[in-house]
Amino acid sequence: VNDAFGNAQSVVVFGGTSDISRELVALLTADRGRSVVLAGRDCVTLAKRAERLRRTVARVQTVTFDARTLDDVEETVMACFEAAAEPVDVVVVAVGELGSQTADEAVPDRVARMVTVNFSWPAAALSSVAARLRLQGHGRIIVLSSVAGYRVRRSNFVYGSAKAGLDGFAAGLSESLRGTGVSMHVVRPGFVHTKMTRGRPAAPFAVRPEKVASDIVRGLKRGHAVIWSPPALRLVFPVLRLAPAALWRRLPG
Amino acid sequence: VTVTTTSAPQLLSGWGRTAPTTTLLARPVDVSSVQDLLRVQPGGVIPRGLGRSYGDAAQCTGGLTVDTAGLGHVGALNEEAGTIEVGSGASLHELMRRLIPLGWFIPVTPGTRYVTVGGAIAADVHGKNHHRDSSFASHVLELSLVTPYGTLTASPHHEPDLFWATAGGMGLTGVIVSAVLRLIPVETSWMLVDRQRFSRLDTLMSTMESTDVRYRYSVAWLDCTQGRNGNHRSILTRGDHAPFDALPNRLRSRQRDVPGDPSLRVPRTGHGRILNRLSIRALNEAWFRISKESEGSLQSLAEFFHPLDGVGGWNLLYGPRGFVQYQFAVPPERGDVIQDAVRTVVASGLPSFLAVLKRFGPGTPGPLSFAQEGWTLALDFPLGPPSLPALLDRLDDAVAAAAGRVYLAKDSRLRPELVPIMYPRMNDMFRVCRRMDPDGMLASDLSRRLGIPQ
Repeated sequence: VNDAFGNAQSVVVFGGTSDISRELVALLTADRGRSVVLAGRDCVTLAKRAERLRRTVARVQTVTFDARTLDDVEETVMACFEAAAEPVDVVVVAVGELGSQTADEAVPDRVARMVTVNFSWPAAALSSVAARLRLQGHGRIIVLSSVAGYRVRRSNFVYGSAKAGLDGFAAGLSESLRGTGVSMHVVRPGFVHTKMTRGRPAAPFAVRPEKVASDIVRGLKRGHAVIWSPPALRLVFPVLRLAPAALWRRLPG
Repeated sequence: VTVTTTSAPQLLSGWGRTAPTTTLLARPVDVSSVQDLLRVQPGGVIPRGLGRSYGDAAQCTGGLTVDTAGLGHVGALNEEAGTIEVGSGASLHELMRRLIPLGWFIPVTPGTRYVTVGGAIAADVHGKNHHRDSSFASHVLELSLVTPYGTLTASPHHEPDLFWATAGGMGLTGVIVSAVLRLIPVETSWMLVDRQRFSRLDTLMSTMESTDVRYRYSVAWLDCTQGRNGNHRSILTRGDHAPFDALPNRLRSRQRDVPGDPSLRVPRTGHGRILNRLSIRALNEAWFRISKESEGSLQSLAEFFHPLDGVGGWNLLYGPRGFVQYQFAVPPERGDVIQDAVRTVVASGLPSFLAVLKRFGPGTPGPLSFAQEGWTLALDFPLGPPSLPALLDRLDDAVAAAAGRVYLAKDSRLRPELVPIMYPRMNDMFRVCRRMDPDGMLASDLSRRLGIPQ
């Protein structure tokens, strides 16, 4: 159960192998964490992450799932909550795949897969998570969206449009949770130096995963429904969203 | 069944307004409806009185919270024995209003009248007279408790393990439905009060050590917003019930005035924080200036015991983020922990609105009962400063190392691993809970957070 300062005791992470979630879980559990469930696809990386976390957290468990198929979303969420075996204070949904715009955009199967991984699976999981937290009486959900979904652009519209869908879904779900003791926090990072973006040219305002994690924790303490990282993007993107298409097209990154 | 369960789950928090969670709320009106509620509760169940615990002791996330307001009957006074039988939902406010005109008073009253008898037992509350009269449960002759195992009566002589596990047990042994209390006779509702000011913490503490025995009630207020090298100013207030002869003529007609309801109420704005670093400093300054030294001055009961009750909903002054209370006790020879704590808090610059120091007499056999012989210091802090959580964690370590403990009725952030160190008789609690509640149905956010009973 959360303490007065919002420190969580029990955390469940979907997308437990991502660099951002690694940093985020370390921060979330630093003070009072005692149970973490890491769910992801790559069981080898999951096992490594779990091993490292066990130095600071008493109980760490892993669950494997594949976000490319939608058959077992409910089973996966249920498995994670059962593994936690106590009220889950924070759920992190950091499932996603950047893909390759040029390779994906003209191949229907690939587009469908990108939408599944970045939108359908996380949205389906969110609906199940939200229902469970409501029953449980409290909890905070952190969803990794992206500035790419804030205004979708030519250079990554497959990924961006799926994130836009997720961002909208999360915003609506967030409203539906008002007054229930459950809160939703949508994270919109800019370019983050992670293994997902390795080899790509960094955009302006690029940050490291540690910075995203600390921005998220700060936003969480302040109860922000939308968390930008770096926080300066909160001022930049609403302006860019209004930029004329001719200008928008020419922007770097 | 005469149970009213609210249809929609409610968001509940403690008096500090931190960490709210949703729960179903039931307000049973008799013992049999409490029994019905304790049959099957897969999400857990915990009783709640007036919600004055600062932290998360009286809420149960995803479960059921049993509001005892419907169990507030006040039975007949036994004038001969000086006892009264009351429902657990009766408030001390209500009891005082009934008893004072009859010449009786409650033997132990905490800093607020707005607590229930059930809550006072479950937190085993203490008052300014602990050094002489022990804690609330020491004046409970018998209590009636609904547990998942059944409905039982317990007293220090009959089912003593259950009685003492319930005293200070934070509701984890069952729902108290009624109790028989021992009362004290009083001639008037006025207090004869001596007030001294100190500019050094060590002289305050030695004065309390040497002369507290002369007074029934004693408490010191510290200004934790300034001072260094032990130069922290304080006001020691001590007194006893005034006999009728001590009243001047103008007060004789008001011999048995009863405390009223708050004349001021903080509006629920949802925003804004009135108590911040600056205002806390200013209020401490003002409080010190208006509190002149005096001897044998008369104060009303409410002024003496419950100054904060004059402002309804004063917890709202801390704004929507709320505040934490931190109270700990250390053995008599460990006054150094108190001095270190005050020094640490003053040096940190973190504002504490109310810092209260008091000496405790011997504790009770209750495994989770807070008061133990020695010193106790209570502090409160508005939420927000990033250095606050770590500061309190450091204080915890010092308290645990000194064989002291933190008050669970005020806790909202203790580290679970320190609980069995601070409360070494936790096993007694565990044994009783296993017998009364084999399925572990009784649970609060506090018990889950701290892993009680372990």
